[in-house]
Parts: sequence; C-alpha cells; structure tokens
Amino acid sequence: MDRDTALPGFAPADHAADHAAEHGTDHLAANAPASRARRRFLTGATLAGGSLVLGFSLDAAARPAASAPPAEADFAPDAFLRIAPDGTVTMTMPYVEMGQGTYTSIPMLLAEELEVDLARVRVEHAPPDDARYANPLLGFQVTGGSTTIRAAFEPMRRAGASARRMLVGAAAARWGVAPDSCRAEHGAVLHPPSGRRLAYGALLAEAARQPLPDSVALKPASAFRLIGTPARRLDTPAKVNGTALYGIDARPPGLRVAALMQAPAIGGRLRGVDPAPALAMRGVSQVVVLDDCVAVVAAHMGAARKGLAALRPDWDDGPNAGLDSAAIWRDMAAASARGGVKARDDGDVDAALAGAAQRLDAVYQLPFLIHAAMEPLNCTVDVRADACEVWVGTQVLTRARAAAAEASGLPVERVTVHNHLLGGGFGRRLEIDSVALAVRIARQVKGPLKVVWSREEDIRHDMYRPAFHDVVRGGLDADGRVVAWHHRITGSSVIRRWAPPLYRDGLDPEVIDGADRPPYALASVRVEYQNHEPPLPTAFWRGVGPTHNLFVVESFIDELAVLAGRDPLRFRLDQAPDPRARAVLERAAAEAGWGQPLPARAGRGVALGFAFGSWIAMVCEVEVASDGSVRARRVTTAVDCGVVVNPDTVRAQIEGGAIFGLSAALHGQATVRDGRIEQSNFHDAPVLRMNELPRFSTHLLPSEAAPGGVGEPGTAIVAPALANAVRAATGVRTRRLPLDRAALAQA
Amino acid sequence: MLKIDINGQARALDIDDDTPVLWLVRDVLGLTGTKFGCGMGLCGACTVRVDGTAVRSCITPVSDVVGKRVTTIERLDRDRVGRALQRAWLDLEVVQCGYCQSGQLMQAAALLAGNPAPDDDAIDAAMSGNLCRCGTYPRIRAGIHAAARALADGKEG
Repeated sequence: MDRDTALPGFAPADHAADHAAEHGTDHLAANAPASRARRRFLTGATLAGGSLVLGFSLDAAARPAASAPPAEADFAPDAFLRIAPDGTVTMTMPYVEMGQGTYTSIPMLLAEELEVDLARVRVEHAPPDDARYANPLLGFQVTGGSTTIRAAFEPMRRAGASARRMLVGAAAARWGVAPDSCRAEHGAVLHPPSGRRLAYGALLAEAARQPLPDSVALKPASAFRLIGTPARRLDTPAKVNGTALYGIDARPPGLRVAALMQAPAIGGRLRGVDPAPALAMRGVSQVVVLDDCVAVVAAHMGAARKGLAALRPDWDDGPNAGLDSAAIWRDMAAASARGGVKARDDGDVDAALAGAAQRLDAVYQLPFLIHAAMEPLNCTVDVRADACEVWVGTQVLTRARAAAAEASGLPVERVTVHNHLLGGGFGRRLEIDSVALAVRIARQVKGPLKVVWSREEDIRHDMYRPAFHDVVRGGLDADGRVVAWHHRITGSSVIRRWAPPLYRDGLDPEVIDGADRPPYALASVRVEYQNHEPPLPTAFWRGVGPTHNLFVVESFIDELAVLAGRDPLRFRLDQAPDPRARAVLERAAAEAGWGQPLPARAGRGVALGFAFGSWIAMVCEVEVASDGSVRARRVTTAVDCGVVVNPDTVRAQIEGGAIFGLSAALHGQATVRDGRIEQSNFHDAPVLRMNELPRFSTHLLPSEAAPGGVGEPGTAIVAPALANAVRAATGVRTRRLPLDRAALAQA
Repeated sequence: MLKIDINGQARALDIDDDTPVLWLVRDVLGLTGTKFGCGMGLCGACTVRVDGTAVRSCITPVSDVVGKRVTTIERLDRDRVGRALQRAWLDLEVVQCGYCQSGQLMQAAALLAGNPAPDDDAIDAAMSGNLCRCGTYPRIRAGIHAAARALADGKEG
C-alpha cells in the first residue's frame, strides 16, 4: 500500500475485508459487527496473524465484559486495538485529524494505561461504521464540537488498562506468580521480586486466552506519566516533507480531474451551455452539464480551469434573484419582533426591569461567516456499474458514504469511502454537499474523477455560519448589580437540519449554548430563541453556539459595567460565583497587567466564558489607528480545561482558535447582492496574516476536573475581548461584527 | 516540448505553455506536496522555488520557468537550510492541519537563504503572503528564529 510508505504511521484502514485478509482472519469478516446495543466494554480478544486483537466499545457507559471469553461469532473483525509480536500497537481511529492533534492525544490516552511508549503506537483511519465508531457524545461517527477528548478520555484509557491486565495475567501465569506481584512498563511485564521480564510481544497468544477483565481500575491523575506532558505529534513528520496525504491528493490509477462552476445565485439553475469552447482546449476530454452546475473534465486542473473559463453558461437566478443582505436583516428583525420560545425564564424579568435603577437595551448583529479552510472542497469519486469508491477528507464518514450511495443510486454496502487528513475542517467538513455533487458529476464520467472546487466556488457555495439578530435588555439595581437579563436570539438552527432529533419545541441546544447560563449571579434571567431560516444554507462554524453567544453576553455585561460606572473586570469578579470562573479571570488579568496605563487610542478588554466544558478568560489589548483600523497587540488567556492531556496542543488550539476568531471579528462576513455571495477569494474575504499577529500569552490552570474541549473556546472568547478593548480605547461600542472601521475613525 | 528542471530532473513536457506550474507539478508529475489554495497568488499554499526565489506556482505559467530550476517541498531536505527548518518545525510543533505548511516552509527557506538572521519584521515581511487558517503563525515565526540559530551554530548540515 503506497500510502503506508508515504505516510508513516497512518496506514488507511479502508474496509473490513482488507483488514481481515491482511491478518488471516477473513472468516470473521462474515460475522455480525459488534453492536452498540450489547454495550459490553471489551467486546472480544483473539490472536490473528500472530497479533493480539482487542475490540472494545467507545462508549464509556458500556457495561464491563462478561467474565467468559466471547463466542467467536461475537468478535468484531475491525478491532480497535492490535498488538503485534514486535510490540507495535495499532489502533483504529474513529476520530479524524484536522490539525487539532487528535492523532496524538488519543494514542496518549491508550498508551498511558497500556504502559507502552507513545512512539510504538500507530494509527489507522477507521472505515465508516456508526455501529462501531459512533462518537458516544453525539451518537454517530463524527469529529466535531470539541468533543473528541471528552468522548474518548475514559474509554481509551479503559481499553489500554484492559489490555494491560490481560498481558500481565499472561506473564504471571507463565511464571506461576500472583498478577499483583507484577507490573507493566515500556511494553513489557516485570516481576520485580525475581527480576524477570517479558516483552508484550512474547505474551500475545497467552494473553488472548486470558479472561476478559470485568472491570479495571484507572490511574489517578497524580500517577499520569504521559497525560499532561507535551508529546510530540505523530502526524507532523509527514506534514513537513510533502508526503502527508489530504483528500485533494488522492490519485487513484486512471484519474482525471474536473473544475466546476455552480449557479452563481443561491438556488439558481443552469439553462444551458455550449461545451464547444472548452472541448477545443488541449487536455479537456468532457463537459458535464447538470441542472445547477457545469464541470469540465481534463487530464490536469490547468486544462480543466482554462476550459471552464472559456464557457458562457446561461444561468437562471431562480427564487433568490434580487436578494440582498439588507432584506435578510429586515426579515430577521421582523422575526425577532414576533417573540421567541423560552429556553429559560427564572425570576420575574419584566418586574425586575420595571423596578431597575438603570436599564439598557441593545441589539447585536452577527454576520454570516465563511469557513475557507485552506484545503478547498474536493472529492474524488469512481462510479462503476456495481460500486462506488470515494476519496475525501471528512468529519462525518458514515454520512459521506450515505450521500455517495444516494447520489450514485447504489446500496450503501457498495460504497467504499477512503478517509484522509483534513486540510482544515472548522465545521465545513461536517457537511456532505460536496460529496453528493462530486458523485453526481462523476456518474457522467468513466473512470475515477477528482472534482476540485476553486476558492471562489468554495466561498460562494459555502454553507455559512448563521447570522444572528439578538435583542438584549438588562437592568441594574441601585448598587450596580444585575437584577434583570433578557436575551432573545434570532437566527438559523443548524441542528434543525443536521440533527433533527435534537431540535425540540422550537429550541436547539447549540443555538443557545453560551447564552442560557451566563456565568453571573443574575437575579432574573429570560433567554429566548426565535428560529428564522434565511435563504442561505447554514452550517456549524468553529466555536458554534458559544462563538455567537459569548460575543453578545460578554459585550452586554461589559456595557452594564460601564453603565454602572464599574471596572469591567471587578464587575465580573463580583458577580461570578464559580471559583473556576474567578480563577481564570484573575489569572488572565494579572498576566495582562490589567489596570496599568496605556497610550491614547489603546485599551484593554476582558471576556469570560464557559464553553465546551472549559473555563476561559481572555484579556485583549488593542490600538485603534486614526483611520479606524484596529490592531490587537496582546492577547492574554487563562484556561481551566480540566485535566490537560497534551499541554502543547492545548496552547496551540487556544491561540490558533483566537487567531481564527480575530480574523472573523476584524474582517469576517458573507454578504449577499443580487442573490449572490459577494465575497470570492482572500482579497475580499481577508483573514489574519502574520504581520497582524498579536503577542500571545496563554496560561493553563492546574485542574482535576473532567477534560473540556479546547478547539473552540479560543475562537468564541476573542471577539468580545477585542470589542470590549476597542470600547476602552475609543469609547465606541461595537454591536455589529465585523468591526466597523468607519465608525472607529477619529473624527 | 518545454524543457524544465524540476527537483534536479530535466523534463521535456508536452503541455500548454500557459499552464500554471502548480498543476504541472501536482497533476502531471504527481508531486502533491505543493498545495492549491486560492489560484490567485493570495495565500502562498502553492509556493515553490524557481532558481531559489519563492514564487506562487498557481499564477506562474510554465513558460516562465523554461530553462530554470524548480524546487518543491519534496526536495526541501536536500539543503541544510531546509533540514534546519524541518527540524525546528518538529521541535516546536508548528503544524496543525498542515495544509499550508509546504508553502510556509518553502517561503521560509527562501527567506533564510537570503537573510540568515531575520528579525521579526523581516520574517513578517517575508511570510505575510502565506496564510494559515489554523493560526500557526506564532510558531512559524519562532520556528524560523530557531532554524536560523541552529544554522548559525552549525548544528545542521
């Protein structure tokens, strides 16, 4: 397998048949897969091709194994864990790597309890299978929402501990000693009283015959040897020499490539196109015409793009012809005025507002946002008469397979999906629209076809972070304490389309995440949501609910602090009851030099949030030029994300997440005119560049709480910290993102 | 037939002379380490070196590189500057998704070849055309400093 050599440590585990054949266990491939319904933790152990193969459940709630070894029919051929005679440990990875370090932090959890060196652990991409590889927090095979470490923290450690128990048991039996007198380290079992030692590789056959452990004790945090230490990432070497393979790098034999153009207006149609100008180009072999799209097939993308540029398609702009952003905002405001479904209503908000010493009403507006992962959307497909093969990088493998099956008209069992590294996900690769479209195009083409979106297509046919129109009302008592808090959110529910069972009675848990429980002691609180679906397709975006809601909550609490004439840091500290909240605030403020003097047109802003199970506080220091341009100079962050698995990755995620959020707060928006998205490439959809970088200082607070997510809190918290700093520097409050340079220019 | 030296190999290619070097490298020669990001020279993901200079291969026609030496990420480890950068990238864990890093490394190699001890301003000036959505910029900057120090100390070679 060429990818084995090209990408050390990341052999693809394409499908069960390959996997089983490789290890001489193909008779098992016919057996029923392990069912989640059985909910036993360790699902089986056997010797296959000389390796010890263990299956286990990803669900931490699974019951301990029955004490008897399983019947052979019970055994899952696609085991999660395989120990080879040379001591190499291979795990089938149900989560995907998109830069967040999963392919290192998950093996760390396993290696911690298995007592092997991290360098001995190899990772294989899992094939699509919800029964076996479902994310226990989300119910199917998905990587997203900063859930991976939270979902895997216990099951991966239990898997390692169970395997270790069986290996120790095997060694103890061979030596005729009590298992308690042995211990494991560096991939071997030791018997200290006699000085005997056996490598795991020498114990595999006997370990396979050991009873499956009923339950295993996990190490306390104080005994961690790997967790909490900065580990070398396993995926980095291939990413610095050009050998790492992303979806866009797939090159099955006989491959041709295609460039595509979709109807420029949202929901538009193709009336017709003359293919001749493209077909006249050297290297172009075919023009595929669909009812909403035209694609040019060629030997290389240079020819395909040139051919596409020569076409003059006749587009019907369809139902959204003439649509513009102003109309979308008007519709959202009107929807907001109709009220909302109560997510929470504690105390008497109306009475508290009526009796408040001071009152403030505000409207916040957050724009549609573009994902623009560095790897443009792409998908490689080979549709044959009886099968369909797909090469792609996706966060939702089983959905990608289902989409390919539907678009190809083949049963799902006839579809194979080869997953790859992701050149950024940020929520965009939680969607499978690009897979479906690539299959529709490839159905018209003989042989494998790689469809690559141009950056312009990727941006104009993104599925956007929803825009929001939020109305907030607040009241203070005579002592400047918040006695009333009323927040009404209006905008699209991604959950309603993406995970319908979670959308109940007009509410979804994501769209209110970060708004429903502000971290302050509020005497009365009402939080409402008004579902309003715009004509644009919407999708998750890094930081999801909290990215929108923390901006509103932390901007508005800042407004109330100013109204009360209080220091915004002190105001928060006085009203945040959770000691973890106060700890991150105090640390960030101390490290940032809160209160120290700054030059004119410079300022500091603070924001606090609880997102994805982590507490985060950030102080942003800005300077605002006389032309209104804003530069973030320093970003100081304190994080309590519970037990830290890989501190180096946590810092990278917090700072990278903040840079992602800064790009959006300073520049990010998708706007609509004549039914079309106005932005197209990095000149009119700019993102932060190195010369705009603030100085970062990131502090992880020691904690024994359960691990929280870290991929998204940095993105969610930076916009309010920035906007609050701009207020401190200029006196101008930002209620609409991105920051408005004209409003900030010096009069 | 166009005659081009790619990674030390002389090639005679039957291809339209306005074809961007990016697609020659990726689709015709199968060197997929060089990435497509924007197609307009706005993001730097496609950066290769032509006679040592960093160029955006997505907007460079093959006619511009006839008779010249094109080097891609697959040959970065052939000189000590490239190896020092790769070492620093590993030591500092610069990479996240990694998609932009081929371009970042090729740009950084061209920078260090011309300026063995760049300060932050020089790094920003050289690197601000290379976008990264994961936000690895702080570590890219640190990585270039680390590689420059290692080269000055004679640690790589």
